[in-house]
Amino acid sequence: MNDTRTSGGLGRALGVASFALGAPLLAVPGRVVRALGLDDTPGTSAVARGVGVRELAAGAAILAQRRPVPGLWARVAGDGMDLALLANALRSGPAGSRSGRRRRATGRATSGWLLRPTGRTASVRRRWTTGANPRTVAAVAAVAGIAAVDVLAAVRAGKRLDPTRTSEDGVFTVSAGVTVNRSVDEAYGLWRDFSRLPEFMVHLESVSADGKHWVARRPGGGTVDWDAEIVADLPNQRLAWRSVSHAEVPNSGEVTFEPAAGDRGTEVRVRLTYEPPLGAAGNAVARLLGEEPRQQVTDDLRRFKQVLETGEVVRSAGSPEGVRSGRLPRQRPGRADTNEES
Amino acid sequence: MRATCWMGRNKVEVQTVPDPRLVNSRDAIVEITSTAICGSDLHLYDGYIPTMRKGDVLGHEFMGEVVEVGPAVSNLAVGDRVVVPFPISCGACYHCERGMFSICENSNPNAAIAEKLMGHSPAGIYGYSHMLGGYAGGQAEYARVPFADVGPIKIESDLTDEQVLFLSDIFPTGYMGAEMAVQPGDTVAVWGAGPVGMLAAASANLLGAARVIVVDRFDYRLRRAAERTGADTVDYAGVDVLDALNEMTAGRGPDACIEAVGLEAHHGNPLVHAYDRVKQATRQQTERGAAVREAILACRTGGTVSIMGAYGGFMDKFPLGQMMNKSLTIRTGQCHVQRYLRPLLTRIEAGEIDPSFVISHRMPLEDAAKGYEIFKNKQDDCTKVVLKP
Repeated sequence: MNDTRTSGGLGRALGVASFALGAPLLAVPGRVVRALGLDDTPGTSAVARGVGVRELAAGAAILAQRRPVPGLWARVAGDGMDLALLANALRSGPAGSRSGRRRRATGRATSGWLLRPTGRTASVRRRWTTGANPRTVAAVAAVAGIAAVDVLAAVRAGKRLDPTRTSEDGVFTVSAGVTVNRSVDEAYGLWRDFSRLPEFMVHLESVSADGKHWVARRPGGGTVDWDAEIVADLPNQRLAWRSVSHAEVPNSGEVTFEPAAGDRGTEVRVRLTYEPPLGAAGNAVARLLGEEPRQQVTDDLRRFKQVLETGEVVRSAGSPEGVRSGRLPRQRPGRADTNEES
Repeated sequence: MRATCWMGRNKVEVQTVPDPRLVNSRDAIVEITSTAICGSDLHLYDGYIPTMRKGDVLGHEFMGEVVEVGPAVSNLAVGDRVVVPFPISCGACYHCERGMFSICENSNPNAAIAEKLMGHSPAGIYGYSHMLGGYAGGQAEYARVPFADVGPIKIESDLTDEQVLFLSDIFPTGYMGAEMAVQPGDTVAVWGAGPVGMLAAASANLLGAARVIVVDRFDYRLRRAAERTGADTVDYAGVDVLDALNEMTAGRGPDACIEAVGLEAHHGNPLVHAYDRVKQATRQQTERGAAVREAILACRTGGTVSIMGAYGGFMDKFPLGQMMNKSLTIRTGQCHVQRYLRPLLTRIEAGEIDPSFVISHRMPLEDAAKGYEIFKNKQDDCTKVVLKP
């Protein structure tokens, strides 16, 4: 639960590597370009400097953050850009290799943002008349390798990003908590009345009073229903349930109720597990459709608190449905609306 | 209905919008008889408060007549005359139960936005950005009042609208600013001779201050403060405030300092002001902290600074070491208006104070855009604009 480690040594090493690559690109772009077997022209130097700035920025982003996930993905994006630039250079081929004619290298290379293999060294032209400069090919291979490491580091760091959401073997777990200004008895009582869950769990259409039949809304529209069993019911302490066989989305849930220290009400903690169809891919699709599970549980608990403390879900003009994280980026104007249902 | 709408920076328009209706069972609909433009509305007008949307109805100081009540509202009836407090508060959460209504835990459906900026969310506020709930405001003909069973106070005497309207915000805000800092016999300095500053000065008198000094740079405001509250004045455009306050207190400094300026403060030195202005314009800070800094430096060692100006996020060059080494107490908060309604109404009824002295302009709601403009630009000796729908 409390794993706040960083992406560890690998991420940090990549951050340092970004600096090690960025500094010479910025300071002596010409020499780096030549070392890669590319034309050293004002155009290529400008591109190299740009790449240098990008590397320094990515390095800073990685080293400055405890969890450098965005920085690592920025590196991956940078790798893609480098590969594109190098591939372009390879496709154009070394100057003079195509027809033996001396290409007007300077004129063409300064005309745009494309990197081109060098045409300055006669020996290179002679030795590599049929293909690419071997240094450029080596650079492509190296960047491809680095890209793979970057993806690995970014994915690994991302997995640790949210300690309340984990996935193992296609089983996803989310957890969240809220403090309510009510006794454990009242908090447990509202949750134990399963038929009232849809009041604050908005993705639920209905639940039978005994908690044995659940109907939920699908992210894309329509409903899905399943049978469940109560696997634990300790009054004023803990409730747990799980779907029984053949549920389309096997799932289970647990909620605990504990008096908050110092007479501050009740701490309510929820933990849900579910196995979306198609595993991680299904989960990703659901999230694209706006159903971020962790956010959903947090929203559910906020509404639970409102229902318990004030009697109902609180609504405003900007958020006519009440608490709904999906509504935050597309708020209605703060004025009454004649069409509040849509 | 007609309503004052935020249409972008420096732009408000009175438009025809749908009438509000009951949404929650504890709602009431109020037909507004008087409403006012608050100094904090100018922060919205100037574009310093994030998460405003084009078309948002403005206004959080309003009163009127109840025309509809939800099924769960038993304390109000159609026809009641009420003043509505600006924080929307449920009355049932931990903080509401302890009288801290402006940090109600349930009234902001968009709490997640505020939590990103502040860690935890304060209460929802009428017409004051989507980060604070996305509620429609009350510079309009009608308003929906959520939790009508906890917020509004009934006015049953024959006091005029103008005498009680400011119970909605600026009178309790000024009073709380004074109450948090002032002990009987104190010398009190108030930064800002706007409506809240003047009411804080008047409240300091009610709370037994021996002497009140008001700091501002607009002569007409200083004059009004002196006339109406008996305060001494310091014009910071002309003198060094710290020198002046030290001289007036023979070197002690004021016992209680009340900051009633907010995030668009000015500094007497144009270079210092330019520094803050540039940092704010380039979003390197959200607040211009000149008044807060000065209050901390001016305050007597061991004294209390109460911050009642509105702020939005982060300020630069906060004098933390000065605050620590001088053993200062800092008090602050959006006003917990509901807590003050009854006692302050009693003071108005008893004739101890008439908060309407801050009003300089009365105009029809249709002229709201002009009201914002003259209030912002301190034209025509403007101190407070009351709008009549």
